[in-house]
Amino acid sequence: MRRRGLLSYLPALTLAAFLAPVIAGLVGTWLPAFGYFPTLDGERLSLAPWGALLAQPGLAESLRLTLISGVAATLAALLLTIFFLAACHDGRLMLAVRGLMAPLIAVPHAAVALGLAFLIAPSGWLVRLVSPWATGWQLPPDVATVQDPNALALTLALVIKEVPFLLLMTLAALEQVRADERLAVARSLGYGPVVAWLKAVLPAVYRQIRLPIYAVLAFSLSVVDMALILAPLSPPPLAVQVLRWFNDPDLSMRFVAAAGAVLQLLIVVGAIALWRLGETVIALLGRRWIAGGGRGGNGRIAGALSAGLLQALVGLAAAGLLALALWSVTRRWRYPDAWPSAVSLETWARQAPDVVSVTATTLITGLIAAGIALVLVLGCLENEQRRGLTLSNRALWLLYAPLLVPQVAFLFGTQVLAIQAGIDATWLALVWSHLLFVLPYVYLTLADPYRALDERYGRTASCLGARPARVFWQVKLPMLLRPILFAMAVGFAVSVTQYLPTLFAGGGRFVTLTTEAVSLSAGGDRRVMGVFAFLQALLPLLAFAAALALPRLLVGPRRARGMPRGQPA
Amino acid sequence: MIRRRLPVLTLLLAALAASIGLGGPAQSAETRPWAEIVRDAEGQTVYWNAWGGDERINDYIAWVGDQVEARYGVTIQQVKLADTAEAVARVLAERTAGKTAGGAVDLIWINGENFAAMKEQRLLYGPFTQVLPNFQLVDFDDKPSTLIDFTVPTEGYEAPWGMAKLNFIYDSARIADPPGSIPELLDWARANPGRFTYPTPPDFLGTTFLKQVLIELAPDPAFLQAPVESDAQVEQVARPLWEYLDALHPHLWRGGTTFPAGGPAQRQLLDDGEVDISLSFYPSEASSAIANGLLPETARTFVLDKGTIGNTHFVAIPFNANAAEGAMVVANFLMGAEAQAHKQNPEVWGDDTVLAMAKLSQQERALFATLPRGVATLSPEELGPTLLEPHPSWMTRIEADWQRRYAR
Repeated sequence: MRRRGLLSYLPALTLAAFLAPVIAGLVGTWLPAFGYFPTLDGERLSLAPWGALLAQPGLAESLRLTLISGVAATLAALLLTIFFLAACHDGRLMLAVRGLMAPLIAVPHAAVALGLAFLIAPSGWLVRLVSPWATGWQLPPDVATVQDPNALALTLALVIKEVPFLLLMTLAALEQVRADERLAVARSLGYGPVVAWLKAVLPAVYRQIRLPIYAVLAFSLSVVDMALILAPLSPPPLAVQVLRWFNDPDLSMRFVAAAGAVLQLLIVVGAIALWRLGETVIALLGRRWIAGGGRGGNGRIAGALSAGLLQALVGLAAAGLLALALWSVTRRWRYPDAWPSAVSLETWARQAPDVVSVTATTLITGLIAAGIALVLVLGCLENEQRRGLTLSNRALWLLYAPLLVPQVAFLFGTQVLAIQAGIDATWLALVWSHLLFVLPYVYLTLADPYRALDERYGRTASCLGARPARVFWQVKLPMLLRPILFAMAVGFAVSVTQYLPTLFAGGGRFVTLTTEAVSLSAGGDRRVMGVFAFLQALLPLLAFAAALALPRLLVGPRRARGMPRGQPA
Repeated sequence: MIRRRLPVLTLLLAALAASIGLGGPAQSAETRPWAEIVRDAEGQTVYWNAWGGDERINDYIAWVGDQVEARYGVTIQQVKLADTAEAVARVLAERTAGKTAGGAVDLIWINGENFAAMKEQRLLYGPFTQVLPNFQLVDFDDKPSTLIDFTVPTEGYEAPWGMAKLNFIYDSARIADPPGSIPELLDWARANPGRFTYPTPPDFLGTTFLKQVLIELAPDPAFLQAPVESDAQVEQVARPLWEYLDALHPHLWRGGTTFPAGGPAQRQLLDDGEVDISLSFYPSEASSAIANGLLPETARTFVLDKGTIGNTHFVAIPFNANAAEGAMVVANFLMGAEAQAHKQNPEVWGDDTVLAMAKLSQQERALFATLPRGVATLSPEELGPTLLEPHPSWMTRIEADWQRRYAR
């Protein structure tokens, strides 16, 4: 028997590294949800916490807000993605959009939310630009455009963040299902472009993007940082309310909070189940529609509409970032001035000590988490190739677990365990908690390019006598440098975005740009919010820029010298 | 795979079970001489959990950090909280896990219901204030709230460091004659629909506004100084409050359907012109905000004729603090004349001192006498009488009832 190398244990280790905290955290949350929490005299299992939860004022309203924003945002993002791809499948716009989506994914949720709030608030930049000369509003109108009673501002922000993710995931899936060929056949049968895409491509591609859609649904239903900024406060959506209960000075509220966390999980599970049911119904109806043979029109309206909406979303996000940057250098900017009346770098100077330490924490955490994730993912992928394994569908579900389980549903349980293990409020806990979410994204980003690498390169090297390790280091890694760096940038961006994990695992001792931006958002100084939110958006963008520029710097000279030499440096 | 995952899970479950069943810590009075505490504090890092919603206050805390670093070799790390309850929650989570030493929280900016909860749950270190030299300088006679926090005796478990008093900020360019009482405020709101609001409870300013209404309208406010006795009593004492709010809310900003997150958020609304009145706990906040470019030059302060609620804010140390000595050094520094005078400067923060001028040296008194007052700050006489905080149990009940009635 051949000795099994370290590599072969890596997949199990990787799964354990991020499934164990989730499972343990769930258990640690479920026990108090059913009354078992001895430190607070909860010695017996009971349903009392659920009674108390259902008696909480505003619970129904919280649920309504959660469901509206979560489901509407997912539906809107999905429909926009589908119709945009169907209508603009081969247009020039597609190329531009592809280039824009990656940076948009990189911008953290909190920065998008704050930027949007700076734009669309009644005293926001948009109203300032047209007041009072066009609107006559000497004072801002008394209309709730943020923290509105139906959480529409939150929904809009979620759509801005989710469309790029769904678009990129769908674009990747299109290649797998050979969409171009399907489309060509359908078009040759006389179908209009949009209908051809919907009838011939969508059914195949939907199966590939099902998990990403569920992840979007789960995320939208349980988002906390964006909701803190854009959703109503009394009552807030369920996830925010659960966080409040956890922090209530009345310690018996812990039981209610735990029950609420379980309810949050049930809502996500229920919503996914219902969504699945909806898929079946639509598939049934859709089959009849497809069989009906309607050819459809030229799809110009769908194209113009979806492209216009998409451009509006990108425009909003970009203008929001600009608003953040502008506020950060503002000294005075009163309503209804269209521009700041006094500009200075005073806020940056005053915040400089904080900015440096907070940015350093963010950078270090992100780089370490993304680095560890990269090593684990590369190890798993290499192991998979050497042993000729393929990832089953079930394993993919496991991979998605941290993205499907709401963060509030397990982080409290995880926190108690981390304290128990003595790693609470340490770098270890912080990086680990980020790793739970960084790892799946790095895997999803890197798996396809890694598997797509032509295996004949490796085989040729092996024939020339190279051992697998050398093939890995000297053939695969250099050839995959670009996707590897890209995956690293994605991992870094995901780490920068994390709000709840930083809050729980960092024990308040670790302040990142995200926690700082969100906690400042409740305050009253837009200039300081501008500084931290702008930096929060800038860091991941720089990471992506570096991921694009580095291969050119590293590989450029090497190419000039011809093939890489055999000697390792 | 599955076989290998099970032991991990079992282990974690065992860890969870082991964490459970550890009782509360023993509390004991601090008895070491001050010199020894100062010596032990050197080199310690104090994680000070403090509400971080106001940049001026954060700047002051950073200044304190520089001072104690230079003088005592104690480093301060401010952990900025959105709500002080987060720190209480953290200490509790640590006790849950049996962590009785080396906790993540060393010092908490605290008062009222959070203090009451921590004291009752025996989550606090001490009593310790008796060993702090500067504690003797506090004005216990004229500022009784330095010893009795929302009717709960402090008993040495928290050290006072500032006096707060509810006041209102308005823009004199838009309002000529601000209301002088709670009933007048309702009339004003009726005449100016959408121009007033208050921070959403349980934000402390929003809750304070509710208490102000409660005290001013209650048939007999004396009841509020004792713990709640019965539901019927709450029902009776609070009825005028709910009737008042029912009448007020339709005339508020956004029709009373939503409320700003806190005092600074409402101050921003005032500056934007979305509302005409903001609330504050610091008498010189308006002057300070003008100086910082956060409010127009025309901003001014007003209070209510029958007085407004005032209280004291404190720092406390959790039972399992990692740097209790450093925390005591910081608490002592905060009560010193220099730190108190710097804090009272409206260009810095404008938070009133807890000290008795008579107990200070002439030199120390001069620090206070030379402070600028600021264009929008009322004199101590103009600030009017101070009303006492109700017992925390009232606040808890009122907050819960407010949620039930208006957070729907």
